[in-house]
Amino acid sequence: MLFRVAEGVGGRALGAMRSLGRIGIFLAAAVWNTVVPPYRGRDILKQVHFIGVKSLFVIVLTAAFTGMVLSLQGFYTLRKFGSEGLLGAAVALSLVRELGPVLTALMVTGRAGSALAAEIGIMRIGEQIDSLETMGIDPVRFLVAPRMVAALVSIPLLTAIFDVVGIYGGYLVGVKLLGLDAGRFFGHMKTSVELSDVVNGVWKSLAFSLIIVWMCTFKGFYTERGAEGVSRATTSAVVISSVLVLIGDYVLTSVLL
Amino acid sequence: MNGRCPSCEEFSVDPPRDPEGAPILRLVGVDKVLDGKKVLDNVDLDVPRNRITAIIGLSGAGKSVLLKHMIGLLRPDRGQVLLDGVDLCNLSRKELFETRRRFGMLFQSGALFDSLDVFENVAFPLREKTTLGEEQIRERVQVFLRKVGLEGAGGKFPDELSGGMVRRVALARAMVMDPEIILFDEPTTGLDPIIRNSVLCLICRTFREHKFTMVMISHDIPDIFHWCHHVVVVHDGKVIEAGMPEAVKSSVNPIVRQLVEGDIRGPVHLM
Repeated sequence: MLFRVAEGVGGRALGAMRSLGRIGIFLAAAVWNTVVPPYRGRDILKQVHFIGVKSLFVIVLTAAFTGMVLSLQGFYTLRKFGSEGLLGAAVALSLVRELGPVLTALMVTGRAGSALAAEIGIMRIGEQIDSLETMGIDPVRFLVAPRMVAALVSIPLLTAIFDVVGIYGGYLVGVKLLGLDAGRFFGHMKTSVELSDVVNGVWKSLAFSLIIVWMCTFKGFYTERGAEGVSRATTSAVVISSVLVLIGDYVLTSVLL
Repeated sequence: MNGRCPSCEEFSVDPPRDPEGAPILRLVGVDKVLDGKKVLDNVDLDVPRNRITAIIGLSGAGKSVLLKHMIGLLRPDRGQVLLDGVDLCNLSRKELFETRRRFGMLFQSGALFDSLDVFENVAFPLREKTTLGEEQIRERVQVFLRKVGLEGAGGKFPDELSGGMVRRVALARAMVMDPEIILFDEPTTGLDPIIRNSVLCLICRTFREHKFTMVMISHDIPDIFHWCHHVVVVHDGKVIEAGMPEAVKSSVNPIVRQLVEGDIRGPVHLM
């Protein structure tokens, strides 16, 4: 009995180690193939369009309402302390340091990450990835590397757009709706937001790009068992990426502060 | 036994039908366990050069796994896969990718790229693995589309094609790099009899023209005995019979007999 329990625990531990090893090797292969030429320019552009351009609408919409609600909440909270004038700085710092990179990453995960996992998963169950291998084409170089480069280019740019639109949303509510002075709104923002805040946001969005493409392509790449497998891979790709983005955010914040 | 394609009288795969000579591909003592189940069990198998080898057996017997070992898509847990004496398991990833240029493979589903049209699917390996110019690629793709009778279908996408057309495009793509060995994973499964015969006929014609080494998983029993040179019977991950079609057909092994005769009574109980 005891032996069987130990065997079960050992088996699971070995399985977990094997999975971790596979995830690690996949990341190493993806990074290697991303860095080492030749680069697949056309595929990269196609993926920039898919991950970046096609996510623009949802990012702008999310950013506008995030900025607006931040401004609304911030205004009533700051008014309690007689500091409404700091609203612009509060909105901008929240967006640039935290909400911009995190919410952009979460939105891109939901919109593009799920599609990446599903597309590669369907290629796996349709034997297209095996087909690439039989032609002597490295599927990681062919499928993952262009997506990795595209995400590393697109997601920081989307984050920048998120920040700008979010600040403008905050401005609309704070200045146009609640009557705050525009000069005070932007004046405090200018003195409070430093270059290091922006740079930290860029580092975060680069790290999140890596996490999203790594997890979503990995889950798609190792899809098993037909349509149900693709559905499971897509769901777990989105859930794991989102959780890792939030964990990564905490770790990076504690390191970069 | 006439050695002719059963679908048309004009194409024949003989002579010769004897599988003698140095095998191009050898599997020696191959074991493979997948999901805790032994899928291949001490498999020894020779694939004769410039011949058609058919692998037959029940579903789940390990035929596709065997085929994937031949091209290095799967690595054996034990044993060797020798291509002209070189063990594929000892090759680096880069060497393995280079070695695979000697192969073409036709998957059961065709495995065409959904996002590319027929022309681009066939052109794909040429674009990726050669330095040919656009004009040369265009010419070569047209030649192979003509060979499979799809000259005018270059602009169609895979979802606009019938099952038989998908297999023919896949065959064109498998041949376009001029491989030495073509592997077929159930090329006629799920096709109606007319399209099935046209695909088989195309394979016969391809063999006659190019003399590729061909390995084919097939359920087309007894037709397969008429036009292949070498038959391998796989059961429960083991090779239980291998040899010339006549020899396999007259085997006394009860499982082989049941398979050849398609009898529901016998040592293999499915119900």
